[in-house]
Amino acid sequence: MTNVTEVSIATQHIETGKQRQSRIIGGLLILLAIFVVVVFGWGLSGDATFRLSRPTDPFALPNLVVPSAPFTYVAAALLAFLGARELIRGGTRWTSMSLGIGLAILVFAFLVWATTGKSFSLTGMLQATVVRAMPIALGGLAGVLCERVAVVNIAIEGMLLAGAFTGALIGSLLGGWVGLVAAVLVGGAFGLILAALVVTYRMDQIVAGVVINLFVLGVTSYVSSQVFSEMRQLNNAPVFRAVKIPFLGDLPVIGPMLFNQNIFVYGALILVAVATYYLFHTRSGLRARAVGEHPRAADTLGINVYRTRYIHVTLGGMVAGFGGAWFTLGSVGRFDENMTGGRGYIGLAAMIFGRWHPVGALMAALVFGFADSLQQKLALLNTPIPSEFLSMAPYIATMIVVAGLIGRARPPAADGKPYVKE
Amino acid sequence: MDVELRGITKRFGPVVANAGVNLEIKGGEVLGLLGENGAGKSTLMNVLCGLYHQDEGEILIDGKPVKFDGPGASIAAGIGMVHQHFMLVPVFTVAENVVLGVEPTGRFDRLDLETARAQVREINDKYGLEVNPDALIEDLPVGIQQRVEILKVLFRSADVLILDEPTAVLTPQEVDDFFEIVKSLRDAGKAIVFITHKLHEILEISDRISVLRAGRITGEGDPRQLTEEQLAEMMVGRPVSFTVDKTPATPGQPMLDIKDLVVMRDNDEIAVNHLSLTVNSGEVVGIAGVQGNGQTALVEAITGLTHTSSGAIVFDGDDITRMSVRERHRRGMAHIPEDRHKSGMIANFTIAENMVLNSYYDDEYARGAAIDWPHVSETAAAFCVDFDIRTPSVFLQAGNLSGGNQQKMVVARELERETKLVIAAQPTRGLDVGSIEYIHKRLIGSRDEGDGVLIVSSELDEIMALSDRIVVMYKGRIVAQFDNTGGKADRNAIGLAMAGATEGAAA
Amino acid sequence: MTTSIGKRELDDAGRALLNRSTRGRQDFEDLVVVPVFAVIVALILGALIMFATGVDLPTIGKSFVALAKGSVGSLSAVSETLTAAIPLVLAGLGLGLGFRAGLFNIGAEGQLLLGGTAAVVFSFTFDGLPFALLMPLSLLAGAVVGGLYASIAGILKATTGAHEVISTIMLNLISFQLLNYLLRQPFIQKEGRSDPISKSVPDAGQLPRLLDWIDPNLRVHAGLFLMLGAVALVWWLLFRSKIGFAFRASGENPDAARYAGIKSGLVIVAAMGTAGALAGLAGAAQVLGVLDRASPGFSAGIGFDAIALALLGRSHPVGILFAGLLFGGLEAGGRQMQVDAGVSIDLIAIIQALIIVFIAAPLLVRAIFPWGFRKSDNASGGSQ
Repeated sequence: MTNVTEVSIATQHIETGKQRQSRIIGGLLILLAIFVVVVFGWGLSGDATFRLSRPTDPFALPNLVVPSAPFTYVAAALLAFLGARELIRGGTRWTSMSLGIGLAILVFAFLVWATTGKSFSLTGMLQATVVRAMPIALGGLAGVLCERVAVVNIAIEGMLLAGAFTGALIGSLLGGWVGLVAAVLVGGAFGLILAALVVTYRMDQIVAGVVINLFVLGVTSYVSSQVFSEMRQLNNAPVFRAVKIPFLGDLPVIGPMLFNQNIFVYGALILVAVATYYLFHTRSGLRARAVGEHPRAADTLGINVYRTRYIHVTLGGMVAGFGGAWFTLGSVGRFDENMTGGRGYIGLAAMIFGRWHPVGALMAALVFGFADSLQQKLALLNTPIPSEFLSMAPYIATMIVVAGLIGRARPPAADGKPYVKE
Repeated sequence: MDVELRGITKRFGPVVANAGVNLEIKGGEVLGLLGENGAGKSTLMNVLCGLYHQDEGEILIDGKPVKFDGPGASIAAGIGMVHQHFMLVPVFTVAENVVLGVEPTGRFDRLDLETARAQVREINDKYGLEVNPDALIEDLPVGIQQRVEILKVLFRSADVLILDEPTAVLTPQEVDDFFEIVKSLRDAGKAIVFITHKLHEILEISDRISVLRAGRITGEGDPRQLTEEQLAEMMVGRPVSFTVDKTPATPGQPMLDIKDLVVMRDNDEIAVNHLSLTVNSGEVVGIAGVQGNGQTALVEAITGLTHTSSGAIVFDGDDITRMSVRERHRRGMAHIPEDRHKSGMIANFTIAENMVLNSYYDDEYARGAAIDWPHVSETAAAFCVDFDIRTPSVFLQAGNLSGGNQQKMVVARELERETKLVIAAQPTRGLDVGSIEYIHKRLIGSRDEGDGVLIVSSELDEIMALSDRIVVMYKGRIVAQFDNTGGKADRNAIGLAMAGATEGAAA
Repeated sequence: MTTSIGKRELDDAGRALLNRSTRGRQDFEDLVVVPVFAVIVALILGALIMFATGVDLPTIGKSFVALAKGSVGSLSAVSETLTAAIPLVLAGLGLGLGFRAGLFNIGAEGQLLLGGTAAVVFSFTFDGLPFALLMPLSLLAGAVVGGLYASIAGILKATTGAHEVISTIMLNLISFQLLNYLLRQPFIQKEGRSDPISKSVPDAGQLPRLLDWIDPNLRVHAGLFLMLGAVALVWWLLFRSKIGFAFRASGENPDAARYAGIKSGLVIVAAMGTAGALAGLAGAAQVLGVLDRASPGFSAGIGFDAIALALLGRSHPVGILFAGLLFGGLEAGGRQMQVDAGVSIDLIAIIQALIIVFIAAPLLVRAIFPWGFRKSDNASGGSQ
């Protein structure tokens, strides 16, 4: 009898990883609730006005006016509820969801606090979010294509930069469309080089990526200071304007966000859809994933591991080249040294955040894009937070994501490992 | 379909893996290919299935010479191989694994998994394999995974099936079931090549036997006219007995006492489930069981490599449950890890460095913050001499040693000091017979000097040969215990316990 | 089993095992032939790139002359080469040590920036201290801050498994913003300036120049001894010390190290911290010896070049020293090249990247120059 009781006591003491995670997240949410009350709620009064439409829009929506103090307290209460729920009955599949909702509430509370007594264009910010998310999403998609065949691509940053540079140079010489095609091809060429270095010459994948980044940075900076500074006409490409899709583009909020954008936004969305179908519903996609998970098994079944890796890394490079062209052809038309500013690395983080899935990477990119555009807009609102700290926010968020505080995803099993045929 | 290998020679640099091998494989027949580890069996078969190219010789199918430029060509010719290490993608379903490489598709390259499932079910029924096509591989036990491998080969309508050490992961009863499948395939007209180093199995299943030693065919014959002794001599090149010389054990006080131990895996599954076990000084306890039943987690818990969730581990009278790996080692626990390449040694380190991998910090080898390398090297040289490790220098990188010498290096490191308890996991996996004999002798030697010895092995033969007492682990528990004094434990009962069929057989 | 350890008399068989096989041709090829070829090919490709961007042949010739002249052509050139090499080698040693421990630290740039800033802030905050205290303590402040900053990535990896490549990249990006913020704070910002720039290092905090008695323009400073000392220290640490053995074991095979009782978390944090301290020291040496103050981006990419350096030097302290001298020479020569031939110094970055490609992919160099190498056996390629 004593034996039995001992056993049951022992079982109760065993804490599963999920329970530990929900305990941490529960605590975190409650801390956030306190934070919202103390920092945002304290002595807050007035309304926050969010503009949803421009006066000229065909389907204009009225402004969203939020009474600040009540909203803040409701937000804090919701956070506390979510946190308490995790603490009491944790370990369910709602844990990640709770954290996601909690963070969304936090962001809204912050927005309301920052906007109190002023007015602020929500639609404008969401539109900027989508625009700013695209290079990150395309970088992340490039990463997905490479890592699904087990090649770690740190070189996304360099490929983006190469795409931006080529877009500007060729775009200036031969027009935007040729520039775009050239950017894609040059991105693909660097993908091919990466594949050759890591697949054929078995160079360490991270070293190869770092080297490509240094090389592209060197070449583009060199040409930029050696050639562009003297021949400005080589660095003055036409810019792809937004194309409004009839009717859909006129919808409130959604319209400006998704249906009144330039080809880079449409292209990225289409590419994400195509890549998802390709990876998970086609024969070639299945084979590619097999190469990423268990290359030897794929090899024994007659699937050419090396060729598969070459193809996908090159495709990844092309996607990154397309994303890179956004910086010049989709934005300012002019190339500046190191103008990608680490977006490629954030794309990589988006890929991890998005669990090696194209749609996940897109979603993660939107989160980063949101943080980015938030920082831009908040400068207008004159918040007491130094802009440097807002700029850091996405990077800190990335570190938190990579640290797996929101649950660890599993990378392709062979990720980063060279395959040596026996 | 008949296949003939003529004068196959395959070299890896200066090493000749196969030297002029001739082999005939006939439809409706099981060819047993026997040879010890490193004899060149797998190389030969990898040539046949297109993974390697032979340097000399030719392959004939039904009398016509063929050339395979890759595995695809060999598969197309009707040759299928079930590899010793399964070639399955763990995160794919059974159906996805089976069709990989020959997928049924619709428009736009769309994967037609519906058809795939139906086809898998069809073969399933035809040969009685009973595998759920929608199960994820990582959720399946190894015995079923092996059936998936066979499904894969059959799905490609192979006429020649190469089975490389297929029974290594199975319980004795599963082996019987497996042999039934092999026989039904043979009766369906398939040609089977059955590769193994286990003598009794090859005598049981084969219609014809070829023996490979050091890359050459050293014997051929009819299983009905051959004995195990004759086969052993053909395989090793000298008369060998596979029994280990040892006297009956004289167990002393408990050296390791595990009480109600629970260990969780990372994915929150229970790996070791309220397990209690005692190992006394002067006895060898063997843990039998199909791999994946918690043995690895148990060993990691004993050696301090993983956290325990509850329970206690007592070593020589002291509770060591919360102690570090190093402290346990310092107190005289020796650990021979199950995978020497992964965790037992560092291939790019010299032999000398490997010899002090877990004792470099000790006052024996360290002077303050620095390591006394001349002393380390001399000690390593002495160990090499003691353990007959064949190397030109202790400054050679360990990766350049043969498998047997590498394992001897690991064993030397663990045993050449004051020890009280030896934990040996798969101590002889993949080694040649000479090295196996030597390591077995050393383990028994440790016992005779009063150490407690705990052996975990998936080779039941090894457990039977070494242990004084055998316990069977199934789903994280000890389900049976057997006295093996004089090697008299009931093999069949152990097998049943390994499959989880019985509970608590008498000691 | 009971075996007596302690001094043993080795018999002949044992003594024979103590023969150190002579360094083989393979080592010679890896350590000498590959790097030499790599540098030559990179320079040739650099010339081709100049040609492709419309630089005419005489100018290309002139730039190479300038490159040589600016790096080793005069006392002042050598001084410049050494000055440029000091922070590169210090940071490179840190990265090399990290590589040996299996850590790919891309964050040297950020560690260097914050370490350098800490050194500057310390030096003007404790302005009253004598040279014998202020200079070393300022260096120490740089090392400590660099080490702590790097430890963040180390702790994250040790506790959660977050890959250090991503977290150090993020820490770099964060450090740029942090520096911008800090340099605007009243107690750091130079009086009367609105742009982000720090106060100057007081004289007693500066690393003294070594050759200013010959010519006050010779910039080489006492950081040179710091660099040489660090090379010796890191060598001892890696190849003679206990902790270094643990670093190398964890780097080569983390599983085996764990099984051998080496605490991987501790190794990761310690190695990352040491690497960061060396990078911080590099930043401190740069501000206390050359720049006198901190400003945005004062690291000028040293932290990234140091990655190249550590790879080129095969993560060996002596190799890193030589690689640092080479890169320092390229840096100094590149400036001369920009002045004399009007070729942008960014070309040097290209050449450096190309050198690493060829170093890190020896198979590639062997493919380009098959005649430079002994025919290798297949056996050395794959492990069975």
